[in-house]
Amino acid sequence: MVYKPELLATASSLEELTRLIEAGADAFVIGEARYGTRLAGEFKLDMIKEAVAIAKPRGVRIYVAANNLMDNKTLESLPAYIAGLSEAGVDAIVFGDPAVLMAAKEHAPGIGLHWNAEMTSTNYATAEYWARRGATRFVLAREINMEQIEEIKAKSKLELQVQVHGMTNIYHSKRSLVNSYLDHQGREQSGREVELDRGLYLMEAERPNERFPIYEDANGTHIMSSDDICMLENLHELLVICADSLKVEGILKSIEYNEVVVRAYRQAIDAYLADPEAYEFREEWLDPIREVQDPNRELSFGFFYKEQVY
Amino acid sequence: MTSGTRTAPRYQGKRYRLDKPELLAPAGNLEKLKFAIHYGADAVYIGGQKYGLRSNADNFSFEEMKEGVEFANRYGAKVFVATNIYAHNEDIDGLEDYLRNLEEAGISAIIAADPIIIETAQRVAPKLEVHLSTQQSTMNWQAVKFWKDEGLPRVVLARETSFEEIEEIKKHVDIEIEAFIHGAMCSSYSGRCVLSNHFTDRDSNRGGCCQSCRWKYDLFQDNAPMNEQGEDQFTMGSKDLCMIDYLPELIEVGVDSFKIEGRMKSIHYVATVVNVYRQAIDAYFADPDNYEVKPEWIEEMNKAANRPLNTGFFLDTPGAEDHIYGPEEKAAPYDFAGVVLSYDESSGFATVQQRNHFKPGQEVEFVGPGGTFFKQTVTELTDSDGNVLDAARHPLQHVRIRTLKPVKAMDMMRKRIR
Repeated sequence: MVYKPELLATASSLEELTRLIEAGADAFVIGEARYGTRLAGEFKLDMIKEAVAIAKPRGVRIYVAANNLMDNKTLESLPAYIAGLSEAGVDAIVFGDPAVLMAAKEHAPGIGLHWNAEMTSTNYATAEYWARRGATRFVLAREINMEQIEEIKAKSKLELQVQVHGMTNIYHSKRSLVNSYLDHQGREQSGREVELDRGLYLMEAERPNERFPIYEDANGTHIMSSDDICMLENLHELLVICADSLKVEGILKSIEYNEVVVRAYRQAIDAYLADPEAYEFREEWLDPIREVQDPNRELSFGFFYKEQVY
Repeated sequence: MTSGTRTAPRYQGKRYRLDKPELLAPAGNLEKLKFAIHYGADAVYIGGQKYGLRSNADNFSFEEMKEGVEFANRYGAKVFVATNIYAHNEDIDGLEDYLRNLEEAGISAIIAADPIIIETAQRVAPKLEVHLSTQQSTMNWQAVKFWKDEGLPRVVLARETSFEEIEEIKKHVDIEIEAFIHGAMCSSYSGRCVLSNHFTDRDSNRGGCCQSCRWKYDLFQDNAPMNEQGEDQFTMGSKDLCMIDYLPELIEVGVDSFKIEGRMKSIHYVATVVNVYRQAIDAYFADPDNYEVKPEWIEEMNKAANRPLNTGFFLDTPGAEDHIYGPEEKAAPYDFAGVVLSYDESSGFATVQQRNHFKPGQEVEFVGPGGTFFKQTVTELTDSDGNVLDAARHPLQHVRIRTLKPVKAMDMMRKRIR
């Protein structure tokens, strides 16, 4: 089979979805906070249908994130939601909780099932475990390195999804930590103040140049990385091992920023596919990203070349 | 101590329990294991040399595990091993042998989160029970049912699960439910935190957690700080869990195993906390209708407390009063001073192993299983040869002191520090 990696993006709105398709995205992860974790925007079922209507004719795939840690209450509406997704024609459901896997097998047979347990998807054997229970794709934790990724790709039959660009979540609590803190300070506040787009971040005394975005939603408190992964320069390392899906995470970024990034990765992927042997990274792909990059956020290789201890 | 000011209603469960729940205690090493069991734990959980989440703890060799199991057997207690990392590729080699060794050592169960560890144990070490770790953050009955269908007899629920959620889960699935009832808590969903990885290159999900959630941070909106000079900084750090006020509710909602956190804690901490819950559970089952929390239990609990206490997610989602902003409150006014090794009835002297400096004139108290208890001043103090000492200075030194009442081996001695 011819290797054709997927360039996967997120979208905060139908407008962003349309513009990122133009920029070269092959697939999107969208959804709503009730079922999905840390989404760039809120897509309820009717909007998901519209997204599918925009994407399908262009050969673009729509995946819906239902990867929350579920509580009993959410289980009640889950079957209808999943049946609705299937009916809407989405290509896959992203899950982390076994409850979603069971519901999807019953109410959306045949639909793609992307296993995404965030930081805890760390080895090939566990990927195979979920494959035996119906998963079709393995969404890799961001805290593993290139060597481990290569081994996982070699030893697992599942499609492999790797984040190549953008911020990552580093802490997720069910608590309302920002509101608790504002309460402690005796501040008047409304829920609005702590949402995704409010520009909140944390700093720690010993890391004066790092800003960690923080926000709250129905799923609790989320703290994000102070750097943005940017694997563009070394993208060929993932292309050589035939990584199936390369994700640009667009959460907390403008449409303009995500457009520039998606376009850059599109160019690199297309150049590689046109002639893998002759492929060489070009600075001119990265320059536009550097221009739109927030100067307070480093472009980094994330954990791709790190050794961790414990 | 516990949050008496809470406005949330007490949980009103339906009574159907006839059997006592298991009291499950942490044991960071062999000595802690013995104390936990001696003070009333029905089971302990320990860590081995690999696959556990406390890489800084002493952790057990297979030989020590065997000795621990033998000790536990004498009390009819069980030993579980935490194998609750999320494995990376390189951790998979050696897993089968490790699990077989646990089975051979007489371990009753492993506590696992990573499905590959679960599945491998079921395949190569079928005599080991597999309990699903809280690291899987399981909060709903469908997920619990999934793990039951996978052959697991027990699930340790997420610390985010409330009384109502537990009741719902028990209603739908017939499976043993284990819940944390006491100790320090991750403020994140367990397993869903990589602060240590980002700050220090230490992998939190393989035991490298450096507790960054307890650090202090400045919160900014755009470029403006949201805390003024001198105000408390932002933190994620949580108060510790303590459910002593809600034992009847925990029992009646059907929690099968009451778990105490703290493999890194001292024998004094573990023995004191276990001692209180043991007495409370036994008192409830002896006479449920007239059960009430005894003030001395609360007092005892406070002597071991490291942080202010609260009720976690059992009643409602924690708020401002459940986190530790500003400096942590002072520790207990007592310090662990020694362990009784033996008692000589004819002379009225106890031989005590020193655990912290103490000297004549100091107020001390003795405590043993079941809450037997008295205070006295240290009067006569000698070394093991009978030479008079002006202080017990040396760690683990054996000294003799006259006690007001008879004491027993493994009773503990505390000294007043304030």
